Amino acid sequence: MKKLKVVHYINNFFAGIGGEEKAGISPEERDGAVGPGMALAQALGEEAEIIATVVCGDSYFGENLASAEKDIVAIIRKHQPDLVFTGPAFNAGRYGVACGAVAKAVEEQLGIPAVTGMHEENPGVDMYRKDLYIIKTGHSAAGMKKTVTSMASLGLKRAQNQLVGPPEEEGYHVRGMRINYWAEKRASLRAVEMILKKVKGEAYQTEYPMPDFGRVEPMPPVLDFSKAKVAIVTSGGIVPTGNPDRIESSSATKYGIYDISGLDSMPADDYTSIHGGYDRTYALEDINRVVPLDVMRDLEREGIIGKLADYFISTTGTGTSVGSARAFAVDFSNKLLEDGVNAVILTST
Amino acid sequence: MVKEIERAGIPVVHIATVVPIALTVGANRIVPAIGIPYPLGDPSLGDEGEKNIRRDLVERALKALGTPIKGQTVFDDAYEF
Repeated sequence: MKKLKVVHYINNFFAGIGGEEKAGISPEERDGAVGPGMALAQALGEEAEIIATVVCGDSYFGENLASAEKDIVAIIRKHQPDLVFTGPAFNAGRYGVACGAVAKAVEEQLGIPAVTGMHEENPGVDMYRKDLYIIKTGHSAAGMKKTVTSMASLGLKRAQNQLVGPPEEEGYHVRGMRINYWAEKRASLRAVEMILKKVKGEAYQTEYPMPDFGRVEPMPPVLDFSKAKVAIVTSGGIVPTGNPDRIESSSATKYGIYDISGLDSMPADDYTSIHGGYDRTYALEDINRVVPLDVMRDLEREGIIGKLADYFISTTGTGTSVGSARAFAVDFSNKLLEDGVNAVILTST
Repeated sequence: MVKEIERAGIPVVHIATVVPIALTVGANRIVPAIGIPYPLGDPSLGDEGEKNIRRDLVERALKALGTPIKGQTVFDDAYEF
């Protein structure tokens, strides 16, 4: 079989030209493998040869995104490679973005497979994971050998039109792609096996990972409730009868703020639930089951809490996108702060 | 919503029946509720009994808000304040 032609993209640092003081150099090319290209060439073995290396300073790339990308793609095109590697960039942010941009441009504009490598915290991962195969790497170049081995293996498969395995097998960052395949075992059997492993505390691989919503640092506690103003927020779809704001029964695009001043308990005639994700029978019988106004009023009267806010805030949680829910709360939290609310009780059905 | 309320600087407690969802969306203070269609009630208990457990839950939520925590914490029956 004919040897595959490979072009490799690296930065000033890995080319041995210099560090930050050389980060401003414009794209240039070298014959053969340079720097990490040596290890990469070894990993590629007899099947492929690095015929050229393109070097560009990270700052130059960052400051001249469009023209740098164009110039680099032009150099790569000239060599008519079968496969392109960029990086690995490890946790170097600017380098990661450059590696991602070059690899994406090569795939889109030249139709040549490209593979790169980055650490999960590199901003290039989130920017390009959907477009590219990005091999997972450690923080620093200490893990070079392992990284280039995975990059070479995946690159060869792609250049030879072989089937690429799932992320955990090939070692790339999850791209969010779904690939159909025939499973040996039916779904019910796989589910039972998974749950048995989970119960036993053994490692198991979910077939449907939940998105990572990120975390927020917990706020310090409320020290004196007798002086605190507390507000109720709910995703249980409780609205005044007639649903004046026309909040959707599912996949809500809005929320409402509803007055409860002067009320000691949620009146079943004046309020209702429009939530489409649970049996509303019980909420309609007694809305305090979702918005615990009766108890909050007692606590206020007894002086256990300083004050209950004059309103509650409500939306429908079912099917509502994370983006919408986030936007609602960013918006109404300003009002809560303006109104001097010190703590929130959020109820979900 | 819990996360954005907390990010805005207001401590928040999530009273939720499906605790794994509360954990996934990132609530820091979680009080397990009673049932999906009646998080703060129980139709089988009668008016007074039901209001008592609602009060217990809300008081547990206030105690959760009054407790310093380092990370996500589920204030269930087993939690010792």
